[in-house]
Amino acid sequence: MMNSILMALTGGALIGLAASLMLILNGRVTGISGIVNGFIGDVRKDLWRGAFILGLLIGGLALGALQPDMFVNTSGRSVGVVLIAGLIVGFGTVMGSGCTSGHGVCGIARFSVRSLVATATFMVIGMLTATLFNALVGG
Amino acid sequence: MNKTSMKQTAAAFVVGLIFAIGLGVSGMTQPQKVIGFLQLGEGWDPSLMFVMIGAIPVHMLSYRWMKGHRTPLLDTQWHVPVSKEVTRPLVVGSALFGLGWGLGGFCPGPALTSAGAGQEMAIYFVIAMLAGMGLYRLYARFTVKG
Repeated sequence: MMNSILMALTGGALIGLAASLMLILNGRVTGISGIVNGFIGDVRKDLWRGAFILGLLIGGLALGALQPDMFVNTSGRSVGVVLIAGLIVGFGTVMGSGCTSGHGVCGIARFSVRSLVATATFMVIGMLTATLFNALVGG
Repeated sequence: MNKTSMKQTAAAFVVGLIFAIGLGVSGMTQPQKVIGFLQLGEGWDPSLMFVMIGAIPVHMLSYRWMKGHRTPLLDTQWHVPVSKEVTRPLVVGSALFGLGWGLGGFCPGPALTSAGAGQEMAIYFVIAMLAGMGLYRLYARFTVKG
């Protein structure tokens, strides 16, 4: 437990550093759903969005080669559940203008009321959903 | 592409790399850990709460930097959202996101990073997520303008 708390803190600090570089250098919020949605909206207009997504993918590729344990998935969720989850996440994050990175990290760091409300909403609903799913279907 | 946008593109790539490492190190790329955090009751794993506790104070420093500077280093203006209104789509959309997050254990960043690592479920998730984003565009076209 102590170890995973330290890892979470370290990883979180790296996420905060990445978002800081994006802000200080490019003047932008590192909201991943917004960047992906903006990218599929107009692939040619803003190359930086594509470059950021490529960085995430290549980062994942490199990390997966070095530390495959980080990508082990033992959640037991079926392909069907994962597909439905992805569809709802895509729809919801565009409708709600953000996800865990944009609202949860960047928005809260600048004390945005919108982001505080959004984060509280998706945390509570996420907790209710995971808890109910476990109770009804089994985790 | 001009020099400035080339630098911005390079910066965004490096930011993506660091972000991916942060997600992997923190445990966010393991859906069972995310679900273990969201799932209350016996065996609750609070460790992922510390991702935000690690990230937010670090990022607050850069917003302080922002207040003292007229422009970012590689652009001529800031692109930070200024909207303050709490709207219905904000709350409904966030609730939907929470539903999908609790169901699948993936949010967009970790899903993309894990897809890059070749994780099969994450690849399915990302494809469905892109479809969901497209679906919202269709929905918005019929509800907002229609």
